[in-house]
Amino acid sequence: MSVTKPLPHDSGPLHVTGQARYVDDIPTPANCLHLAFGTSSIARGTVTAMDLDPVRTAPGVVAVLTADDLPFANDVSPSIHDEPLLSVGTVHYVGQPIFVVAATSHHAARRAAAKARITYAEEAPILTVDQAVAAGQYFDDGPRVWQKGDTDAALAAAPHRLRGRLEMGGQEHFYLESHASMVAPQEGGDVVVYSSTQHPTEIQHKVAEALGVPMNAVRVEARRMGGGFGGKESQGNALACACAVIAVKTGRPVKMRYDRDDDMTITGKRHDFRIDYDVGFDDTGRIKGIDFQQYTRGGWALDLTIPVADRAMLHADNAYLLDHARITSHRLRTNTQSATAYRGFGGPQGIFGIERVMDHIAHTLGLDPIAVRQVNYYHNMGPVRAGKVSGNTTPYGMEVRDFILDEMTEKLLADANYADRKAAIADWNAKNPILKRGIGFSPVKFGISFTLTHLNQAGALVHVYQDGSIHLNHGGTEMGQGLFQKVAQVAASRFGVDVSLVKITATDTGKVPNTSATAASSGSDLNGMAAKAACDTIRDRMANCLAELHQCPVERVRFEDGKVRVGDNEMTFEQAAATCYQNRVSLSATGFYKTPDLSWDRAKGQGRPFFYFSHGAALTEVVIDTLTGENRILRTDIIHDVGRSLNPALDKGQVEGAFVQGAGWLTTEELVWDDKGRLRTHAPSTYKIPACSDRPEVFNVELWDGENPEATIYRSKAVGEPPFNLGMSAFFALSDAAAACGPNYPMLDAPATAERVLQAVKRARG
Amino acid sequence: MTEITFLLNGETVRVAADPTRTLLDWLREDQGLTGTKEGCNEGDCGACSVVVTDEKGVRALNACILFLPQLHGKAVRTVEGMAGPDGTLHPVQQAMVDLHGSQCGFCTPGFISSMVAGHMQGRTDHDVVLAGNLCRCTGYAPIIRAAEAAEAEDAPEWLDDDAAELDVAPLSIAPESVDELAAWYADNPDATLIGGATDVGLWVTKQMRDLPKVAFLNRCADLKGFDLSGDVIRAGAGVTMTDMYETMQVYHPSYAGMIRRYASEQVRNAATLGGNIANGSPIGDNPPVLIALGATLHLRKGSTRRDIQLEDFFIDYGKQDRAPGEFVEAVSFPKSAPALRVYKISKRFDQDISAVLGAFNVTVADGKVTDARIAFGGMAGIPKRAKAVEDALIGKDWSEATIDATLPAFAADFTPLTDMRASADYRLEAAQNLLCRYFAELNGQATNVLEVRA
Repeated sequence: MSVTKPLPHDSGPLHVTGQARYVDDIPTPANCLHLAFGTSSIARGTVTAMDLDPVRTAPGVVAVLTADDLPFANDVSPSIHDEPLLSVGTVHYVGQPIFVVAATSHHAARRAAAKARITYAEEAPILTVDQAVAAGQYFDDGPRVWQKGDTDAALAAAPHRLRGRLEMGGQEHFYLESHASMVAPQEGGDVVVYSSTQHPTEIQHKVAEALGVPMNAVRVEARRMGGGFGGKESQGNALACACAVIAVKTGRPVKMRYDRDDDMTITGKRHDFRIDYDVGFDDTGRIKGIDFQQYTRGGWALDLTIPVADRAMLHADNAYLLDHARITSHRLRTNTQSATAYRGFGGPQGIFGIERVMDHIAHTLGLDPIAVRQVNYYHNMGPVRAGKVSGNTTPYGMEVRDFILDEMTEKLLADANYADRKAAIADWNAKNPILKRGIGFSPVKFGISFTLTHLNQAGALVHVYQDGSIHLNHGGTEMGQGLFQKVAQVAASRFGVDVSLVKITATDTGKVPNTSATAASSGSDLNGMAAKAACDTIRDRMANCLAELHQCPVERVRFEDGKVRVGDNEMTFEQAAATCYQNRVSLSATGFYKTPDLSWDRAKGQGRPFFYFSHGAALTEVVIDTLTGENRILRTDIIHDVGRSLNPALDKGQVEGAFVQGAGWLTTEELVWDDKGRLRTHAPSTYKIPACSDRPEVFNVELWDGENPEATIYRSKAVGEPPFNLGMSAFFALSDAAAACGPNYPMLDAPATAERVLQAVKRARG
Repeated sequence: MTEITFLLNGETVRVAADPTRTLLDWLREDQGLTGTKEGCNEGDCGACSVVVTDEKGVRALNACILFLPQLHGKAVRTVEGMAGPDGTLHPVQQAMVDLHGSQCGFCTPGFISSMVAGHMQGRTDHDVVLAGNLCRCTGYAPIIRAAEAAEAEDAPEWLDDDAAELDVAPLSIAPESVDELAAWYADNPDATLIGGATDVGLWVTKQMRDLPKVAFLNRCADLKGFDLSGDVIRAGAGVTMTDMYETMQVYHPSYAGMIRRYASEQVRNAATLGGNIANGSPIGDNPPVLIALGATLHLRKGSTRRDIQLEDFFIDYGKQDRAPGEFVEAVSFPKSAPALRVYKISKRFDQDISAVLGAFNVTVADGKVTDARIAFGGMAGIPKRAKAVEDALIGKDWSEATIDATLPAFAADFTPLTDMRASADYRLEAAQNLLCRYFAELNGQATNVLEVRA
C-alpha cells in the first residue's frame, strides 16, 4: 500500500530544478499591470489631505484608486466586515493601505506609490496591552471567562500559592514567498484568480463581494504556496480584491506581489500574549486551583482574533488535569497590524502559560520540572478507555480519552538519558563560572479540529481516465507540508496502484467548492477522507461492473499491487479502467467528509470541540553566556505522536521544521514597534528567524509507534501545528541555565534574546 | 545603457542594460528564468542565490543585489542550469529530493545554488556555506543531511563550461585600474562608487533611488590584493570579505572568527573591505577591529594620496573625512597582534547586524598594561575608540580588580541608543562584560558558547 511509505515530496524534483511554479512565476501577457499599495505612515488618525498627482504622473502609472473608486464592497475581512481594502478616511495602523497604484511594472508601481503626499490629523495610538485595557478597547464585548470547579476556594485552600506574569512576543510568518495574486479577466465580467492562499474559497468570496458578482463568476486556482504557516489564511484577500477590481476596470491582467518590507509592514502576525497566573498547589507540585488572565493584542481589525483567543483558552490546560481552573481572555484592539492565524492559532500561547507555571512551581518546591509535569498529567488512555478512571476532563468539559504522554515521556527520558545528563550538567556548571548549561522539557497535547464546527468538512473530486491514470483534486492547499502527496498516497492505496499513476492538480474552486482553509492541521484528516470517499465510489462502481462481467461476487474483486483481481481473473488497473469505460461506468466521483462527534457551545465554553488530541514531548539542552546572554541550542530529542503515519518522512519533516520555528518564536524572533506604532523589524535584516546553524546540532526526532484510536484516515493524526509547541523545551532550558546562576526563579520572558537571558541571569542572582 | 557580456547557463549572452538593473530582475522579467526567487530583495534570505564563476573561482552570490555590469566577463549559473543536458540531476539536487530537503520549495533554488557552489569548492562546513539561505519549513536538518550525502559525489562535467574565460572588452563604467579610477572619480566626484553592491544594492531595491552616475570597482585588479611583504598587511579596498576571511585566518584568527559570522557567504563573496569602511556606518564590523589594530587608512584623490589613522576617518554619524572625488584605496594594519580579540553580539549568530561589536587589543608586560587599543561598533554614531577605558587600564596591573575598576569608564566613552537590536542599557552592560570576557579568555577560561558541544 502506498500509505505509510516515506515517499519524497511530490514536487521535490520541480523544487530543486526551479520548475515549481509560484504565482509570480506564471507567465503574464505583455499588457499585465502591477500593483502597489500606498500606506499610512501614522498609527491612528484621519487623512486630512491627499495629493496623488505625483503618483498619477509617475512613469508607468496607468491608474490610481482610492476607496471612492471601488465599485462594490470595500472589505477584506474574513470575519465581521471591519477591514476596508482601502482606508475610508481613518487610519488605524502604520502600513494600512490607503490607495492602490496600477503601473506597467512592479517597480514602477512601488516607486510611484512612494510619491504620494498625505497629511493626517494624528491621534495618540493605542499600542500596548495596558493602554488598550485602560481605554476599554475590547473585541468580543469584553473579557471572556470559561471555568471549571471552584477556583477561588481551591486557591484559598492550597498549601502553596504563586503568582506570576509571562510576556510572550508575536511572530512574523516569514513564508519565503511573500503574498501574491494575479487576476485574469474573462468574458462577461468573470475573473480567474491565481493566489498564494491557504483559503481559495475565502479569496473567491471576497473577490465576488468586491466585484459585486456571485461566487460562480470567480474561479480561484492555487497550485502551491512558498510557505503559509497561517499567514495566508486571510491576509491574501487584499491583493486578490485589488487585482480583481482593476482587472475588471481595465480589462487587463493584473498582478500584485508584496515586496518583503511591505508584506511585513502590512500583514498580520502571531498574536503576542501576556499571561498572568495565580496557582495553588501541594507539596508534590500537583495543581489544586489555577486562575489565568490571558491578554492579547489583536491589532486594528478583528480578523481571526476570536477563534485564536478561544484556542489559547482551550489549551490553557495543555497536558494537565485541572480540577479547578478559571481562564479569562482579554481580546484587545490596538493600532497595530491585525494579528492573524499562525501555526498553532493561539494554542501555543495558551500552552506556554501553563508550561511556565509548571516550571515556576518546580523551582519553588525544588522539584524536578518533569516530575511536576508528570504529577499533573491527565490519566492515561488505557485506564480511561477501559472505564477505570472518571473525571479526566478538560476545563471545557471534554473527556480526554486518548492521552498517551506518560509512556511517551518515559521513553523520551530513557532514550535521551535525562537523569545522567542532568547530573552531568550540574557538574559542568559547577566548574564553569561564565558559561552555564541548562536542560528543558516540554510536552504537548493539542486539540485537533476547527473550533468553528462547520468548518470541519472537505470535498474531493477524482477522475479515472480510460488509460488508468488518475486525476486527483481536493479542497486542501499545498504550502510545503506535503498534503498533496499524502492524499495522493491515500488515493493510490484505495485503487491499489502506485502513486505515480495519480496526477496531483492545483486546488481550484471550480472543481471542489465551499472549502475550508487548509489550517488547524486538518489538511490530511479532512481531505484524505474526502478523497478516500471519492475513490471508493469509483472503485465500487468498477468492482460492480467487473464482478458482473466475470460473474463473480463483488466481494471477490480486489484492487492491489497495481492489479485488479476479479475472482480468479487478473488484469492491470489500466485494463480495468478501459473495460469499465467501455461498459459505460462513470469514472468520476466527488467525495465528502465531515468530522464526527463534535459539539461545542462557545458561549458556555463547554463541549467536545476536538475530535482527538495529538501528543509530543521534547527535551532540549542549551548553553548560555552569563556575561552577554548569548546562547545556543546544543541538543534536542523529540518523540512525537502522528498516529499511524501516512508518510513518516513528511511527518518527520513537519516535526523538525515545527520545532525550529517554535524555538525561533521564543528565542531570536523579536517584533519591535516604536512608540509611534511603527514596526521596526520589517525585513530579514532586523527580524531574525533561525538560520542553518541555529538548529540543534544533535537533533533526534522519533515518531511514536501508535495509531489514532479515533477512525481517522488510516488511523493517522494531524501534524502541522502540534510539534510547533515543542520549541518551548528550548526556552525552558534557557531558563534552567539562568537558574543555575543564583537562588531566584529567573522569570524569563519571550522571546529569550541575549538581552532577556542576561536580565534573567541577573534576576536569578538577585 | 551598457553592453555586458557573460555566460548564462553555459551560453554567451550580450545584454544592453541599465547599469543598476539587478541580475534577479533581468533573469525573472527578461529571460523568463523564474527558478531564481525573490525572497527579500536585500540579500538577507538567499532565495535568489546563483553561482558565479570568474578568475577567482566559483562562488554563490545574491542575484537581488547584483547589478548586471558586475557580471561582465563572468559565468552565471542559475538553478535551471544545474542539471545535465539529459535532465540528470546534480548530486546535490538528487540528495535534496531523496532526503526530503524541500518542503514549500521556495527557498530551494537558492539552497541548490549555494550547495552547488560549496560542492564545487569541496566544502564540508555546510553551516557556513548555507548561513545566508533561510528556510522556514524544514528546520534545516534534512538540507544538511543532503549536503553531507552529496559530499562524496563528483562534480558533474557539464558545469565545466563555466571555467572558460570570456574575452571581453572593458566597460566604460568599470575602470580597469586604480589609476584610471582615480582620474575618473576626481573628474566625477558626484558619482557613486560600487564595490560589491551589498549596500548600494539596497539603495536601489529598497530606497528606490536613481543612481545616474556610477562606477563599478570590481575590474580594478590592483585594488583587490593584499601586500603581505612587511610587518604590516596592506589590504586593497576591493578585497572581498571572503578574501579577508582567508587572510585573517592566518594572521588574526579572532578577527576571522568574527568574519565567519559577518553577513553570509553570498554577501562576503561580494562585499568589499573598502566599502565597509567608506560607507561610514556605525555598525560596520570591520572598522572597530581595524581601529583596535591601529590601522592606517590610505585615501586617494586623483594622483594625490594621504594617510590617516582609521579612527580619524569617522567624524560623526554620516560624516567622514573624505573629500569629494577622494576614495579609500587601501588600509594597513599590523600582521601581529596576538592579544587581539573580537566579539560580535547580535540576536542571531549568523548573518546578523551587530548590536555591539567589541575589539580588544591590550598589551601586558610584567603584569602591567603597557598599551591598550579598544574600539566598539554599535555604541555610538561612529565606530569609536574607548579612550577612557584604555586610559583606565594603561599602567595598571592586569588583574580582575583593575577590570572591575575600569568598568565605570565605559559610560564616559559611550552613550548608546536603544533600537530594534538592543536597548541602551544592554549595550552598555554587554560592552562592559566583554572586557570581563576578554580578561577571562586571556586567562584561559571557557567563554565562547560556540565552542560548547552537547
